[in-house]
Parts: sequence; C-alpha cells; structure tokens
Amino acid sequence: MITLTVNGTTHQVQAEPDTPLLYVLRNDLALNGAKFGCGLGQCGACTVMVDDKPVFSCLLPIAALSDRKVRTIESLGTPDKPGALPAAFEAEQAAQCGYCIAGMIMRAQALLERNNRPTEAELRAHLAPNLCRCGTHMRILRAVRRAAAAMGGGVRDAAEARL
Amino acid sequence: MAVGLLAVAAAGVAVGLHPPIAPLSALPRAFDPGLVAQGESLAHIGNCVGCHTADGGRPFAGGRALSTPFGTVFATNITPHPETGIGLWSREAFGRAMREGVDRNGDHLYPAFPYDHFTRASDGDLDALYAFIMTRSPMQAATPANQMEEPFGFRPLIALWNLLYLEKGPLPEDQSKPAEWNRGRELVEGLAHCGSCHTPRNALGGQQRDRAFDGAWIEGWYAPPLNAKSRAVQPWTVDELFAYLRSGLSKTHAAAAGPMGRVTRALAQAREDEVRAMSVYLASLMADAPAARAAPHAKENAVDSTHAEAAALFAGACAVCHESGAPMMLEGRPPLAWGTPLHESASHNTIQVVLHGLRPPAGRSGPTMPAFADTLSDRQIADIVAYLRARYTDKPPWPDLAQSVAQIRRERGE
Repeated sequence: MITLTVNGTTHQVQAEPDTPLLYVLRNDLALNGAKFGCGLGQCGACTVMVDDKPVFSCLLPIAALSDRKVRTIESLGTPDKPGALPAAFEAEQAAQCGYCIAGMIMRAQALLERNNRPTEAELRAHLAPNLCRCGTHMRILRAVRRAAAAMGGGVRDAAEARL
Repeated sequence: MAVGLLAVAAAGVAVGLHPPIAPLSALPRAFDPGLVAQGESLAHIGNCVGCHTADGGRPFAGGRALSTPFGTVFATNITPHPETGIGLWSREAFGRAMREGVDRNGDHLYPAFPYDHFTRASDGDLDALYAFIMTRSPMQAATPANQMEEPFGFRPLIALWNLLYLEKGPLPEDQSKPAEWNRGRELVEGLAHCGSCHTPRNALGGQQRDRAFDGAWIEGWYAPPLNAKSRAVQPWTVDELFAYLRSGLSKTHAAAAGPMGRVTRALAQAREDEVRAMSVYLASLMADAPAARAAPHAKENAVDSTHAEAAALFAGACAVCHESGAPMMLEGRPPLAWGTPLHESASHNTIQVVLHGLRPPAGRSGPTMPAFADTLSDRQIADIVAYLRARYTDKPPWPDLAQSVAQIRRERGE
C-alpha cells in the first residue's frame, strides 16, 4: 500500500512502486482530467502539479512522491464554479479537441501561482513543453493572459498589444 | 609589489603597442558569392553566433555576457554597422583581430575571444569569413562595457598574456598526412576552437599545450578528452564523429548536450566535407584511446538490493525509453552502457542531463529528453545516477552525488 495526497485528500493505493502517477490517478482514483498522450514525457497531456511544480505524471513513479502533494485539474473548480484558468479557457474557446487542455491549464496554474505578472516571453517559455496538435496555441495564450488578469495580475507585454 | 606591477605594466605597454588601422570610407560589399558561401560555412564551424548573439538578439549583433574568472566580457557586435559594429574594418584589421587579438583601433581584445585558436586559420579562410561577415545586415547595437576584476581592466596586460600563450599563425602542413587530415587539423585547431572547451587552462586562462584535449570544465559541464584519454566505450570512428557533429547524436555514444548541443546545431549547417575533415583529424587524436584498442564492453551488471528504490524509480521514469526493447531503443539509440558520461570520473554530465533533459530550440530537430528537475528530489536523482553507474559501468561509485545535484541546481539558479 502506498499513501498519496491528491487534491487535499489522502488515499491508500494498492499499486507497485514503479507505477506512473498518471495510471493511479486515472485507474484507481477516477481522476480522468489528466490524459495519456505519449507516455514518454514528450507531449504534456498528463501534466499535473506536485507541490508547486508542473510535472509529467506519465513519467513520475509513485515511489518518488512520498509526502509530496499532488494537484490535478479537478482541484480547480467544478463545471458550475470553474476556477480562473478553466473559466478563461472556456471564455476564449481555447479547446479544439481538448486533449491537451488539462495539462496546459495545470502548467499555466503553476506559473500564475508563482508569478501572475509574467512577461509574454516567460509565458511562452513556460508553456513550451506542452504540445497542442490542433494548433490552438494563440487561443491558449489568450486564455492564460485572461486568467492572469482575473487573478489580479496580467501579462506585462502581451504579444497582441504589439500587433 | 607596486613597483613590480608597474614594471610588468610598462613591459606590457612596450610589447603591446599596436597602431590603429585606418577605417574604410565605405562598407565593402563586392564579394564573390562563392567566397561568401564558404565564409558562411566557416562561421558555422566557428559558431560565431554562439557568443556574438544575445538571448533573443539579432545574430552577430553581440551583447552576450561571457563570465570568466577575470570578470565579465561582453561579446561585441560583429555585424558591419559602421559605428557599433565592424563595418569600417579593412580585411587587414579583421585579420589582425583574428590572428593577434588586436582590434582596429590597436586595443587588445580579451582572450575570451579565442584568437589563440583563430590565429591558425589560413588566409583564404579569413578572406571567406570576412566576405561573409561584411555582407550581413548592419545592426546598430552598442556593446555594453566589460566588468573586469582588478587589475584585468588594464588591457596592456594582455600583451604579456600573448607573449606567454599566443603562438601566432597557421600550423605548417604535415606532409606525412593526407590533405583531409591537414584540413581537419586546420579547422579543429583554428576556427572550430575545440580546445577552448576541451583543453584545460592554467590559472591565467592560458591553454595548457602539454595537456591538449585532455578534457576540461565549461559552464558546469565536463568537456570530455578528445585524445587517448577518452573514456568512450565504443571507438570514435570517422563516421561516428561525423554523424555526431552533424546531427548531435551518435548511435554508439550519446547525444550532444549542454554547450556541445549548440556546437552540433551550428556544425549541422556547415559544409559536409569540412565536418568530415574535422572528423578525420579528431579520430586520429583518439586513435590510441582504450575503446579503439579493446573490444567494446557493453555488459550490464546485476545490482544489489541497496539500489531497489532507485530501480523502481528507473523503471517508472526512465525505462519507457532507455530499457532495451523500448520504442526509442528500436530506432537505434545508444544503450546507456555506451554513454560516455556514465564512465567519466565526474558525475556532472549525467546529473545535468537528468535534471534538465535535452530540448532542441523551437523549430529545430534533435535529441529530446524530458527534464526531471521538477519531478525528482536531489536524493532521488542521486540514487538513480548511482544505480546507472552500478548497472552500466565497471567503474567505482561516484561520491557525494546528492551534494553534486544540489550544487548544479544552485549554479543554474534553481
């Protein structure tokens, strides 16, 4: 048995220590927001937060977690009461197929919690590890800028202000 | 002491006087396109943009801070801008800077600019490089003032350094060797300035010629030996060197990482025959390395239960790509047992790659690996690295791994 703290709740999980966190979230805890994309740490669809950092959960064995706290997109509100980032993604219609979005939001959440006034360059560099094959990057960037403003900050030199 | 310093300084002034070279009245533009193309290839071999471009800045416009033990030197603007670049430099002034480290005004350049290597370039290569540089777009960008520690702000001191460490001019051709080897030597020892990273320096920053290509430290990475001291498991053949230098990946060694990743991305754009000539020369330097003399050993060792936790971390975080039979391995990637970093006496390169992964810049292809800095703790990375060393090499365990991980994180400002 391994003890995991996910979204503030402690769980006892029966799984091998080398099991990737993503599998436990989806198969054992029914938290299906994080997606399996490549399983190789290349695409970012599985991104969740551990403590205050965005991580690829497909490459994070649960043995590595010990008492660190996991947060998934399910912790950022509900469909009726969405948090700042999910609300902004909806307002900007930033999802096309939607498969990358939970990962994009969790990576953005990690940035905005640390710094809700990033520069456009910081924002883009921070999101770079996560891929979107539909090509909705410009909408995703707009959504994160909107959320930054909603969280009391903003992107200091938003690319669109220069266009 | 003060008198001694004064005498040294006076001697420095005496040997270090160089007259200004008259500025050109207009930017020279009439160059043979073939010469410009050859110059472009040579600029990639020298990776001029690597230092002469600031992050996010225009190519060749300078401004990158280079930190040295003697202070911070800012790379200059080498676009042909008349005021802030080198647009009024004649071919003579350009050649003097490359061969002697003296700018058009007659002032000494700091040896962070590797003229102690560039001095080996042939006249023809300098003609080509000059033609390429002078046909770039002029960019107005003033270079920030250097921030040197005392007494290194006093440039005439560099004249003394040159007396000690600058061996001016091209090397004479070695008639006993093929033309390709000679060309490779000219590039490796000259414009490619491989020794700048791979040859250790003394306390004054001079290259230790008796330890040429013995391996040295650069930006928190260990630039491995390029001679008989190479710890490579598989031999560095001409073909493997060529593939590595052009693509950043050798299927029998490893992927280029850290500063070398930038070098291979530049060499990918250089002329193939030139990179092959470099490979011929480099392979000859490593002809007496253990891997070239003995049958390669890629055996794996059984690891004991002290590594059980690391084995689980490896299985969950690394095996999906690195275990034999993984999709990546089926595409022809080097087994970890062949990875030179695991066989070095220092653990730093292995730790750097685990912490920061490999990511080619936007729009460029190349070896890729996710970073584990945010995923794993210092202790966990240390355990995995110890496990890799035990499983894939016959070398003794590395000491103080967790401290090394913490130190590398600190140096990167994490």
